[in-house]
This record gives sequence, C-alpha cells and structure tokens, in this order.
Amino acid sequence: MHELSVAEEIVNISRQYLPKENNVHVKSITIKIGRLSNILPDSLLFCYESLIDNTPLNGSKLIIEEIPIRINCMKCGKNSETDHISFLCPNCNSSEIKIESGTELLISEIELFENNLE
Amino acid sequence: MSVITVERKILEKNDAIANEIRHSFQEKNIFSINLVSSPGSGKTSLVEQTINLAKDKFNIAVIEGDVQTSLDAERIGVFNIPVVQIITNGSCHLEANLVKDAYKQLEEKEIDLLVIENVGNLVCPAGYDLGEDLKVVIVSTTEGDDKPLKYPAMFRNASALVINKIDLLPYVKCSLETLRKNALSINPNLKIFEISCTKDTGLNEWIEWLQSHLKK
Repeated sequence: MHELSVAEEIVNISRQYLPKENNVHVKSITIKIGRLSNILPDSLLFCYESLIDNTPLNGSKLIIEEIPIRINCMKCGKNSETDHISFLCPNCNSSEIKIESGTELLISEIELFENNLE
Repeated sequence: MSVITVERKILEKNDAIANEIRHSFQEKNIFSINLVSSPGSGKTSLVEQTINLAKDKFNIAVIEGDVQTSLDAERIGVFNIPVVQIITNGSCHLEANLVKDAYKQLEEKEIDLLVIENVGNLVCPAGYDLGEDLKVVIVSTTEGDDKPLKYPAMFRNASALVINKIDLLPYVKCSLETLRKNALSINPNLKIFEISCTKDTGLNEWIEWLQSHLKK
C-alpha cells in the first residue's frame, strides 16, 4: 500500500520541474527502484496514473528501471548480482557482505516535449 | 525535446524530517526505538511490560501508531506515562511528519526512552525512517520460523529481534533454532531476545539492553 505515498512524492517532486511555457509537457518520468525497496512496479504505475488525472502531469508516462541487488563479499572478495532477495554471498555463502546497489528509490530524469500545434 | 536530470530520492522529504527529529532527540538525550512487527505479535504487550518493569528506573514515553482506534494508547494510558496516539486512517506505515507532530505533545516531558510503536506490518514501515536510533522487530512463535526470509528488508534494517510468545512453542510449528538461524542469515548483527510477555519470561535481559543504550 505504500506505493500510493511513493507515487504522491513522485508527483510532488516532478511538479517542481514543470516548465512555464504552456506548450511544453512532460513526456515521461524515469525512476530507479532497487529490488530491496519493497515496491511493486505494477501497483506503483496504477497509483501514479490515478494521481495525475487533472494535473499538469496528465498524459505522462512513468518509466520504472529496476535495479538488481549487487553484493560485494567481504570474505571472498567476489562481486555478485542477484534478483533473489538474499543477504548471503552466492559464491561462499558468507553473510559478511556489503550491498552495493538494490536499495535505490529515486527519480532519475524527466523528459519534456513541445507541442507546437497548441 | 529535452531531458532534465533529476537524481533525487523519492522519499527525500521524509528523510529530511526524520533527520530533524533525530537532531531534536539527540539534543534532549532521548534514546528512541521504532518497534515493528506483524499485527498481533505483541508490540503493545512488550511496551506494557517494558513500562511495568522499567518505569521506576527511567522515564518512558510512547507514540502509538495504528490504522484505526486509540485502543493502544488507552492500554498505555493506565500506566500514567506520556502517550500520544497517531491514527493513520488507512495508511500502512508511520511517516516522519506524523511522528514530528506527535512529538510536539511530548516536547516538555522528561524522556529517557521514547518508544514509537509502528503500524503492524512487516513490509511498508521498513522504507520510512522516523528519526529513531534503532529499529526493533518483534516476531512471535505463532507466526512460524520463516518470517525473516519472507520479509528480509525489515530484519536487515533492525538492530534487535524480540521473539515473543516462547511459552507457546510446544503448541506451534516453529523451531526457535531455525528462526534464529533464518534471522541471522539476513542480519548477522541482530541482538536476539527470547521472551514471553504473558509469562514474564526473558524480559530482564531486554530491559538491561534498553538501559545500556540510554543517553543519560
């Protein structure tokens, strides 16, 4: 359920980047979501689309980039990538690991387009 | 046409308020814990027992988070300690701004330990920093021994695990050894307590641990 609060924050932050020109619109917002961030992409998309009706973001597309979990093992030194939520090194099974990526929850970019017919 | 690079954390507003709260707690030497678990694991029972055993030793205040009702604040209210109820009206987790508002009612009180009891949920509260010093996760034996594997983020972010209802072990399908092993595989640094709130078991060690973290 917290996808709704996350979608609200995406809308709040994105609105700060809206151009003043009336003929410039938001085409897409790209966000990065780590596999460890407990966010369900489908649910987030649904919430986003429900929120942007009747706002300047109406018609924009939310593009979700999912970031895999990258683990650096402090015991065997190996770097691994996994989609499976685990905190053990896939190589040596050690739990002494550092999480290099997978916890991201950020807006990376906003794409705008100009509609000259308006 | 054009692309604007943003690179901003989606929950930056929550994180900023959480840092403000952390700063206020630090200034006042308050040790705070964010208590998380599934519904019915025994969060409020643990708070009641903690107050029972420790209210003569140090000053406790409680912020109660629930989706509906002020039943928990009423339970804590009988102990005559400061308590504030947050009702989230459907939201599945506490956010820092709610805690900031609740804390305004406690600012004048003398507090050594502030317990923030989150909404019963092992998923959503993991993502929201409330400005607390430590997260404590409770799991009860009736939930089975696989919860750490099913909700890894919560166990990864917690500093301590309280296993409650150990008096029910003979009746439920839960191995304490497996539960400990699963929890430590997610987070090898977890401090683990085995307790029963209704039978007063294992609580002294918990109180001593809390006391060792107090800032004054």
